[in-house]
Amino acid sequence: MSDIILSATGLTKTYQQRSGRFGFGSTVVKALDNVSLQLKQGTTLAVVGESGSGKSTLARCLLQLLPLDAGQVIFEHVDLATLRGDALRAARRHLQMVFQDPFASLNPRMRVGEIVGEGLLIHGMGSAAERRERVLRMLQRVGLTAADMLKFPHEFSGGQRQRIGIARALVLEPRVVVCDEPVSALDVSIQAQILLLLKELQQEMGLSYLFISHDLRVVRHVADEVVVMHHGRIVEQGGVEQLYSDPQQEYTRNLLNSIPGRHRAAEATN
Amino acid sequence: MTELLRIEGLTVAPVAQPERRLVNNVSFSLKTGRTICIVGESGSGKSLTALSVMGLLSPALKRTSGSIVFQGQDLAGFSNLAMQDIRGKRIGMIFQEPMTSLNPVLNVGFQIGETLTCHLGLTGKALKVKVGELLEQVGIPADRANSYPDEMSGGQRQRVMIAMSIACEPAMLIADEPTTALDVTVQAQILRLLADLKHRMNMGMLFITHDFGVVADIADDVVVMFRGEVVEMGSVEQVLGKPRHPYTRALLDCVPDAEGRKPLKPIDYAWLNEVSA
Repeated sequence: MSDIILSATGLTKTYQQRSGRFGFGSTVVKALDNVSLQLKQGTTLAVVGESGSGKSTLARCLLQLLPLDAGQVIFEHVDLATLRGDALRAARRHLQMVFQDPFASLNPRMRVGEIVGEGLLIHGMGSAAERRERVLRMLQRVGLTAADMLKFPHEFSGGQRQRIGIARALVLEPRVVVCDEPVSALDVSIQAQILLLLKELQQEMGLSYLFISHDLRVVRHVADEVVVMHHGRIVEQGGVEQLYSDPQQEYTRNLLNSIPGRHRAAEATN
Repeated sequence: MTELLRIEGLTVAPVAQPERRLVNNVSFSLKTGRTICIVGESGSGKSLTALSVMGLLSPALKRTSGSIVFQGQDLAGFSNLAMQDIRGKRIGMIFQEPMTSLNPVLNVGFQIGETLTCHLGLTGKALKVKVGELLEQVGIPADRANSYPDEMSGGQRQRVMIAMSIACEPAMLIADEPTTALDVTVQAQILRLLADLKHRMNMGMLFITHDFGVVADIADDVVVMFRGEVVEMGSVEQVLGKPRHPYTRALLDCVPDAEGRKPLKPIDYAWLNEVSA
């Protein structure tokens, strides 16, 4: 049994949404409804669901980027909600995020070296020379070069930008990385490169991933365990092999049956 | 089966740089009742090929050579005005983004009706009846004609787009990544609907996608494009089952499989340049 590094119990988050003809009414949307999960050290837990299932809200709530209505997030035996100021910042160094859109998540006015080094600066890690060295090593590890440090994000392709996003998250040597749809904006050949890179880095650095995705083929490939979400609730969770081969819930079965490439939509011709 | 579309030696380049061929010497043909999938990565030229057929290339781009013969007529010689009579009437089109392709201030019934008034001169009661029929054909109750796009889900909007595209019973449907923006369960429904309509109306379908799973679901024939060129073409069984070109094989090795965990192999472009040279 591996250790639990991050655990969430009874997470609940509601949004008020304007409704009615002129937006005077309001309805309550439950984005998270009593969600509990556990991430084991060094493994990948995938959260799958369709749009509006609450998977991105879950990611943000786990990292305390959004306040919770109820529930508890325990990271390395500490309740994150009790942390404030410096203590919270220190914990966040170990909780990093890789975002979906490599075009929107990098500041276009900063050079790559600054983008990747900013976290080290904020957390006061090392001298200027040491920081530069760490940024360079990290960039080289994800397949970029020293010359790239002086470039701006627009000079890179989508796949390279995602490498920059990964370097930014991992240069802090975090314990847990939340990857929110990290490959869904990429071509399939680039997607394969990034998935392999994430896997290698996980092994080298002992990372634990919370991997959010709507792509069930990608999840089948990366996950150790899977959580299926629908309308803010967890409908099913389990080991990846078992969940894909023997889904217990109707919703999961329907989702798996919808994966393209499994059933011909076109009738036999002629 | 009659031949519906024959593209021969199609080459597209920027007006300013005619030597930079974005689509290079592309040839294939589509028969009535068949679905041909063009598959490739971004920048492979698959969308430009479809836009060329519809005569919707940006003014900065130009078809520098090749012919596009649709139902025996070479569309290359057609004026923009003449193309308007083909687009929407004899060739239906569906695009990727059902959110942005519809006009938000007009109800969907009006937008479907526009096509019918424009091409077939339908008005009044006859128009209303036909719009209702079309909505039901794509699985939406006829009384939703009064709904506005923002009152519908992504899948329903794409159904509305499909209703518009088949309104004039076109001989051919061009679908450019029609399910890419949709959730997987909705995608499966839309693919089934398209396959069903194609069958019932005996259309030919030119379907553009980057997703091999979708190709496996819907294609009869497959055209694989890479850097503006067709690298492989054949039946879906042959291209997906026994790919001949190294690029097709390399691309298929990148696709994760839902059935089990096979090792992913990213494309080694240096090697690819060597073998395809």
